[in-house]
Amino acid sequence: MRRTFLYVCLLVTVLVSAAVCLDELRFYLRSEPKSFNPALVADDASETIRYLTGGVLVRLNRESQKLEPELAKAWTVSKDGRTITFTLRPGIRFSDGTPFSADDVKYTMDQLMDPALHSPTGDAFRSTTGKVVPVVSASDKISITFPAPVAGLDKLFDQVAVVSSHSPQKEMAVLGPYYVSDHKSGSYVELRRNPNYWKHDAAGRQLPYIDAVRLEIQSNRDIELLKFTRDDIHLINSMDADAFDRLSRSSPDRVRDAGPSLDSEQMWFNQVPSAPIPGYKLEWFQSRNFRHAISSAINREDLCKVVYNGHARPALGPVSPANKFWFDSHLQPVRFDPAAALQLLQQDGFQLSGGTLHDRGGHAVVFSIVTNAGNRSRERMATMIQQDLRSLGIAVNVVTLDFPSLIQRIGETFNYEAALLGLVNVELDPNAQMNVWLSSSDEHQWNPRQKTPATQWEAEVDRLMRAQASAMDNQKRKKYFDQVQEIVSEQLPFIYLVNKNALTGISPLLQGARPVVLRPQTYWNVERLSFASERASNGK
Amino acid sequence: MKAVRLAATVLAAILVLASIGGSFLSRFDYAVQDREQVNAGPSSKHWLGTDDLGRDRFARLLHGTRVSMLLAPAAAAVSVLLALTVGAAPGFFGGFSERAAKTAIDLFLSIPWLFLLLTVRAMLPLNTSPAVSVTITFLMLGILGWAAPARILLARARSMRQSDFIVMACSIGVSPCRLLGKHVLPNLHPILLVQFWISVPVFVLAEANLSLLGLGVAEPLPSLGSLLRELETVMSFRGDLCRFAALIMLILIVSGMQIAMSEREVS
Repeated sequence: MRRTFLYVCLLVTVLVSAAVCLDELRFYLRSEPKSFNPALVADDASETIRYLTGGVLVRLNRESQKLEPELAKAWTVSKDGRTITFTLRPGIRFSDGTPFSADDVKYTMDQLMDPALHSPTGDAFRSTTGKVVPVVSASDKISITFPAPVAGLDKLFDQVAVVSSHSPQKEMAVLGPYYVSDHKSGSYVELRRNPNYWKHDAAGRQLPYIDAVRLEIQSNRDIELLKFTRDDIHLINSMDADAFDRLSRSSPDRVRDAGPSLDSEQMWFNQVPSAPIPGYKLEWFQSRNFRHAISSAINREDLCKVVYNGHARPALGPVSPANKFWFDSHLQPVRFDPAAALQLLQQDGFQLSGGTLHDRGGHAVVFSIVTNAGNRSRERMATMIQQDLRSLGIAVNVVTLDFPSLIQRIGETFNYEAALLGLVNVELDPNAQMNVWLSSSDEHQWNPRQKTPATQWEAEVDRLMRAQASAMDNQKRKKYFDQVQEIVSEQLPFIYLVNKNALTGISPLLQGARPVVLRPQTYWNVERLSFASERASNGK
Repeated sequence: MKAVRLAATVLAAILVLASIGGSFLSRFDYAVQDREQVNAGPSSKHWLGTDDLGRDRFARLLHGTRVSMLLAPAAAAVSVLLALTVGAAPGFFGGFSERAAKTAIDLFLSIPWLFLLLTVRAMLPLNTSPAVSVTITFLMLGILGWAAPARILLARARSMRQSDFIVMACSIGVSPCRLLGKHVLPNLHPILLVQFWISVPVFVLAEANLSLLGLGVAEPLPSLGSLLRELETVMSFRGDLCRFAALIMLILIVSGMQIAMSEREVS
């Protein structure tokens, strides 16, 4: 009898703990969040915390890529693009019970634009010097005026998590679906459901459905995969093609390929006039024909097939097709055509003799491609490019360097010939790429920090990028940015290789997940995620 | 025990010879990618299958072993020669030179070699062919790996300084240089040999470590270390035993050498 009682107790404990476990969403952060202050977010882990806890005035729907009202039920942008006016939802409270009003939005903007705080989120609003003036006209109405027009102004508020102006908990009082309940440095961050969250589902039930989110800090991708297959964690936000294929073979219901992501892989040649490389090589790299020849000789389809197991698409230009509005659909794919490549090279005086390509001066065409050590996909791509270019008589040396050495060579000493790296795009708006395309910019990687544009086409790109940044009409902006994309695909300062697909892992226990290509791919609709058993029990 | 030693030596020798004559055994070029045959299993065409770029794994294994087994002894020779220069003469002559040599050895031993290698490698010219790059990598290993054998040689040379035959040679007026050349060096010969053979597998493994970090031999040239990268992730094992070929080859060669040398050390 006593033994039976013990067994019953044990069974009840197991069932209860299973139920408790199921109501906690778990996934890994790759690193420790650097800050819980939403104004100071500068890393992926902190961005995850901000997304899960922060309440924003407007939210970019990651699926439709359109803005939707959140804390603001309506908003208008003035014709001159300098002022945005929000009408706020009434009756909303922070997680600690403090009421939300326009004063909190004013306080948040003051914090963001405080030069002493150095907020990366605030930097996006700084199109010129001058003061940002938030004016509260009523408890539910606020106008924010900027010193100069800010293109895509309303979209920037997707990143602005409103903080309370008078809560004793400061930034830990939140308006998002969850609040930070516990944090152990280097180990985990625990989030609990915000009891005052304002959103409800169609049936009138308060969101979010899941009670808690546990974010453990784990950088090892193999452990992440192993834990995911055992349902110890429920989401993998992005995974590489090999892991994806392994999982899809063993449990196809766990993986989703959301199609081409915003990220691209590209190579470029060093065109810095003062770079410590031989003059004749600089001449090759500055030749448009040479860059086009290299581009035509690279078999992008093979890169997608071999390196990404088919989970990638040949890249067309600086904007991925995943970016529905800003992608220029007139761009043509680059055809793999070594014969045409050789013809282009011959136009520049290159000659193929004895299996080796020589330039006009008789120099054998040899150059090195640097990439970061440890990134197996890039190393494989570089090795494939090495073989592709061998058919043109070009010898390529693949050099893998540790990341700090690589960055130093690319950004400071310019002691490299060609580089193969990726670009992670987190924002849709072309303004986020200003630092790449302006010739004066640090990130204008093929020839950065130019005092005056080195070429006519770079001057034209500068003009078009500035024009799109100051235009208020999105169609007009798109026209300008399409021209930029066309110039870039004509001049090829970057040879775009592939757009990787957004590959994600979602536990079958989880319902409501609709992975998308924009970050955060898997939990963008976290408030509507639920566990199968939980929804069933609530439905009863 | 002699039989074990003989078997180990023969095995290591066979593997090394097979790798050196590898180009006669494999029909494929180690660098050519067959992109329609990526990660293929073993077949009559590709005996050990193909790697993740469709390259014949057998050809790469033979060539990689050859690269490692030719260059690791060369690096070991450089290392032992440097160790002899820094350790033997100062150990024998004593005084300031001995103190300076000991300080230099301690300093070198205290430097984390991996970071030193990374730094030195980052400073190398970029446009070097894979063959030159691998030679430089092993040369670096040799240049940076002299400190441990130098300490042993220094201790041995110092102990010889007080030995009877040296004292007697000094008493009859033999010059210090002659003492070093005719008496000390021949007596250091067994230690030099042992240090050389110990260094060979150490350098093969050191190159493997660098390759695992992606900083070893440049593509497309294979080495035992770069071939081990196929095993770099726990989850990458897909029941494909051929991926372990490089590891098995490395274990056989290194353990063969160790068994052979441990016997020699004892004797």
